[in-house]
Amino acid sequence: MFSIRSVSKTYPNATIALQNISADIAHGEFVALLGPSGCGKSTLLRLLAGLEAPSKGAIEWDNAQRPGPGDIGFVFQDATLLPWADAADNVYLPLRLRGERRANAAGRIQAALAQVELTEFAHARPKALSGGMKMRVSIARALVSDPQLLLMDEPFAALDEFTRHRLQDDLHALWLRSGKTIVFVTHSIYEAAYLASRILIMSPRPGCIAADIRAAIPEGGNRRTSPEYANLVAQITETFRRIMPA
Amino acid sequence: MNRTLERLAPFAFGGIALSLWQGGVWVLGVPSYVLPSPIDIAKAYLDDYAILNQALLSTLTVTLAALLAATLIGVALAVAMAASRLFRAAIQPWAVILQVTPIVAIAPLIIIWVNQPFIALVVCATIVAFFPILSNTAAGLAATPPELLDLFRLNGATRWQILFLLSLPSALPNFLTGLRISGTLALVGAVVAEFVAGSGGFASGLAYRIIEASYRLEIPRMFAALFLLGISGIVIYTALGLLESLLLRKRNAA
Repeated sequence: MFSIRSVSKTYPNATIALQNISADIAHGEFVALLGPSGCGKSTLLRLLAGLEAPSKGAIEWDNAQRPGPGDIGFVFQDATLLPWADAADNVYLPLRLRGERRANAAGRIQAALAQVELTEFAHARPKALSGGMKMRVSIARALVSDPQLLLMDEPFAALDEFTRHRLQDDLHALWLRSGKTIVFVTHSIYEAAYLASRILIMSPRPGCIAADIRAAIPEGGNRRTSPEYANLVAQITETFRRIMPA
Repeated sequence: MNRTLERLAPFAFGGIALSLWQGGVWVLGVPSYVLPSPIDIAKAYLDDYAILNQALLSTLTVTLAALLAATLIGVALAVAMAASRLFRAAIQPWAVILQVTPIVAIAPLIIIWVNQPFIALVVCATIVAFFPILSNTAAGLAATPPELLDLFRLNGATRWQILFLLSLPSALPNFLTGLRISGTLALVGAVVAEFVAGSGGFASGLAYRIIEASYRLEIPRMFAALFLLGISGIVIYTALGLLESLLLRKRNAA
């Protein structure tokens, strides 16, 4: 899908957020960017989204097609919904900004809400929704333009464990179903191991990729209790111990 | 039960205070040219209600015109300041200077410069009233959630889309807080301007009636005019509060 080529990001105050990052991400991969706070994983996500430009290096897209508006779905750590708009209008927002009429968009809004099982809550305002439901609306908003690339910045970090597990299951199912490319920032080893098909471990100061692990937990059954999952968590934990001296 | 009691409390307090006032004036035999009793004041109002109501209407017209002007100027300046740091840097100190300069000091100048008395009064009241709208709206615009700004940019939003679909609605609660403060300030500004303008200006507002009554030692009439001002202030404040809860009802609906 795209290649990150020797990308560095230095801020004006001389902080080096990222140093010489390179990786090739293929179509349909679920990549977890895993690392402690301050390792530049969110910065890398912002570079992929085009919200910031790299100081050095470049991100090269397959067939030289830079994604335009609507080609990338972005999910933030907070749901960041418009408080004055109901769920359906929040989901409509990306389409509205690109000048699409509400009547033309109605079907896609419905479909996006259905994907996150919130059809009955289309007319509920954010204040009436639980934290998990707000995050679902946020995901529906990212999905409504049917983007090929979904960027997620610790979207489940603020949720309770039970809601998080549920949303993780749903996201994994969505990925299997839709074949979208997903880049998912997290600081949870368990989350990365459970969700991703590929885990890029990042280390801080300056941020760089320290390890690249392929995950292969068999689908079906309870993946959370499978030995492959336990092994993967152990492998990641061991890797962290090696690359990050206490 | 408690809510009803809370609603009635200010009226009960007012009633008790007025009764004590009336009783005190009776018992001590205070002459009405020093402190008129509430009944004297009510009588003075009934004797003169046509003139006093006319004066009230005149003052309220100035107040509302000033509030409207303050809203337009305050919001426009806040938007321009949010859009351009250079403009903000250039304007902000002057807005503060205008705000801290006592209106009584500049009102005579404005009344000389602006020939039309009604407009002169509106200009004075606007100067008093616009700052809370400006500063609150500017604070609201500056507090637009950065993630939502990112989301808008990611979807190729134009500056106008960001302004009308995100920044202004985000700043609405702040604006309404400012509007509520400005509403009562506009009344204060209108009255102060009328005082300064005196009979030489637009001789019809409540302030002019207060001055007139004090010259003639018609103290009950003066108090009647004062009561009208106080009630107007409360009505303006309450009305803007209702407007606020009405406009924010949607987003607060749980």
